[in-house]
Amino acid sequence: MSKPHRKAKGPQVLTANRLVDGDVVYWRDETTWVANLSEARVFENEDELSKAEADAQAQVKADKIIDPYAFGVDLSSGTVAPASMRELIRAKGPSIRLDLGKQAEAA
Amino acid sequence: MYRYDEFDQSLVDARVAEFRGQVARRLTGDITEDEFKPLRLMNGLYLQLHAYMLRVAIPYGTFNSRQMHMLAEISRKYDKGYGHFTTRQNIQYNWLKLDDVPDLLADLASVEMHAIQTSGNCIRNTTSDQYAGAAADEIEDPRPTCEIIRQWSTFHPEFSFLPRKFKIAVTGAPKDRAAVQIHDIGIQIVENNKGEVGYSIFVGGGLGRTPMIGKHIRAFLPRQDLLAYLEAIVRVYNMLGRRDNIYKARIKILVHETSAAEFTRLVEEEFEKIDKTNLLALPDEEIARISKYFAPPDFEELAPSPAALLDAIDQDRDFALWVKANVTPHKVQGYSIVNVSLKPIGGVPGDITADQMDGVAELAREYSFDEIRATHEQNLVLPHVRETDLYAIWQRLVELELATANIGLVSDMIACPGLDYCNLANARSIPVAQLISERFAELERQHNIGDLKIKISGCINACGHHHVGHIGILGVDRKGEEYYQITLGGSADENTRLGDITGPSFPYDKVVDAVETVVNTYVDIRTPGESFLQTYARVGLAPFKETLYAAA
Amino acid sequence: MPLLKDGRFVEDQWQRLEEHEIVPRDGAVIVDLERWQVERETLKERTAPLGLLLLPGQSPEEVAEDLPRFDLIALSFPAFKDGRAYSYARILRERLGYKGELRAVGEVLQDQLFFMVRVGFDAFEVNTRTSEEDFAAEMAKFPAVYQPSSCGETTVFARRHVGLAQCAAE
Repeated sequence: MSKPHRKAKGPQVLTANRLVDGDVVYWRDETTWVANLSEARVFENEDELSKAEADAQAQVKADKIIDPYAFGVDLSSGTVAPASMRELIRAKGPSIRLDLGKQAEAA
Repeated sequence: MYRYDEFDQSLVDARVAEFRGQVARRLTGDITEDEFKPLRLMNGLYLQLHAYMLRVAIPYGTFNSRQMHMLAEISRKYDKGYGHFTTRQNIQYNWLKLDDVPDLLADLASVEMHAIQTSGNCIRNTTSDQYAGAAADEIEDPRPTCEIIRQWSTFHPEFSFLPRKFKIAVTGAPKDRAAVQIHDIGIQIVENNKGEVGYSIFVGGGLGRTPMIGKHIRAFLPRQDLLAYLEAIVRVYNMLGRRDNIYKARIKILVHETSAAEFTRLVEEEFEKIDKTNLLALPDEEIARISKYFAPPDFEELAPSPAALLDAIDQDRDFALWVKANVTPHKVQGYSIVNVSLKPIGGVPGDITADQMDGVAELAREYSFDEIRATHEQNLVLPHVRETDLYAIWQRLVELELATANIGLVSDMIACPGLDYCNLANARSIPVAQLISERFAELERQHNIGDLKIKISGCINACGHHHVGHIGILGVDRKGEEYYQITLGGSADENTRLGDITGPSFPYDKVVDAVETVVNTYVDIRTPGESFLQTYARVGLAPFKETLYAAA
Repeated sequence: MPLLKDGRFVEDQWQRLEEHEIVPRDGAVIVDLERWQVERETLKERTAPLGLLLLPGQSPEEVAEDLPRFDLIALSFPAFKDGRAYSYARILRERLGYKGELRAVGEVLQDQLFFMVRVGFDAFEVNTRTSEEDFAAEMAKFPAVYQPSSCGETTVFARRHVGLAQCAAE
């Protein structure tokens, strides 16, 4: 499910991996990437997302993060839920090892 | 087994120092990610879904207890207490931090191990028969040849930026346990009619998006010409292989597009031009020096089939099943080859905990001349075990939860890490394997079904070898949903064959039923003693297709 | 692009001619293969040094006969991942006996310099981040080599057997 191209309208979250440890992070604001999806900024406005993407590219150049991209989320259940299995697994951890990854840290 | 001399050690140490410098330059921003990526890949370091993943080479699958203990220690020190054995005789760690990796590599180097060229567009870890030096059908132990190739291909100045990755496998036996025909170069050790030992060469095999079986381009290559001939093949590929399209960059596409006959001509022409008076012609002294490391251990003269073993088989049904499935005849009377299954029912294929690693290391030291093997089917092997020790070993394996009696059976599946870990995957592989394993949990049923290789890949890159599974399963993404395509009749041995696609793919919650339908269909229509592949060869796809899609 | 030759930054004496540029009477120039093929006769009459640029896909074996005419051959790396020129370099040095300057141009990264020297390059158009000290460090990186290559070091295979190493050194 190589990185989805941004085509879906609707709410989006910007993600990347942190350079130093590879951990999955989400964009919250110009100075902050967070580890938990629930704390991420959800973009419902294309222009704001584009600005954040430009900021992310600057942070790639500054060697903080790598491979930033946006993905679709579903807000209908009242929480920020990734629309794809790939992003669900990145957000939580391996589906076959509930003792590992962010899901384990949260527990 | 091989021991590094001062040269080998100095080179691996130098590589650690080099990578330490590269990581430092990356973290200070002296080099960009685009520049760093190929450097880290050539040291086996990927960025996966959750963290960095390191692939450590176990050259031709042979290692010892000290190395296995170090692999365990590394998993505790830098990772989360486990590792994953892959289809290319490597072990992977899934949860690393970039700035820990230089120290990790230094620890590996301290036990003569490395992650050199386990990724990147270079010549990868040379793989081989896990029963090398122990198999009864062997013409010659393939490992000296593998070690020579390992050294020649390490930091090869001409071949470190090939169009694409390059994999070589070597088998020393006519029964192919190393899947040589699905490698970029497959080497089979053969004997000619003058009694000389040399090499038979296949080129252009591979799975992935465009699966191809290797073409046989040389029936007999004299031993001393090995490196010159390999250099000719790889040079032709380096100069002519496609670089315009990553999906067409493997040597199999070049061989296919130029035709096997023309490609062979190009290689032979290049081979003629290569200066074979220089040191590419391997000195006999060097072949002898390396071969000496692989001399057989001091086997005792033992009686075959000791009474105590036969009694234990009679009295303990679990042990008897384990002997039947997991113990293989050894070339020396009174010895056996023990296969250690890393496929517990419901487990993650190829995963092993640090404590299990330590346990296997101790068994190897006590019972198997300190040797362990990793197999391309994601299991381990204790290659030289006295038959009188089998019961004791089995009891210890039971305690370690490594005694599942399923080698070669339906639950002994290959599965790639899939979407649970891998950045390229389209669908999960591991939970599909777990569900199939649980469905067929009962060992008596598995033994009744007999030899059956299921291979699962989570994407078209085919790390799980699905094309050559007797039953192959390929995960695909259909509008964000995980679906699985099934192939039948593939095989990766000396009769390599690509499986046939059954038809439309199955959703995640139907794929296990589909596999069970295939298995039940086979059991229904087989003649006595007929294996799955034999039945398939006899009846073809039609009866399976009928039962699989009957409801639709 | 800074030019490193034999480990030192030097002033580039060569002019690389673009397609539209006319060949000057004097001065060292580098022409591409197409120009060499079209203007061979006039270029042969020049007495000033002549260099040839080969791109990936242009094997030096195509110009084997003409090699004595060139004082410099530049092999291009349009991207650092494109490794064809490593093979071309070895063919030039080992098979065709080319002795002139062999220059790496294009995307030439510090971490590739050791391999490039081993296959026979002696001049490098490097990026501005690479220093002479970096070059020296790269050359000292590995204490031994397994493969025979263009720069003629004795391989590990031979060094292990002293008699053979002496043969190779002679």
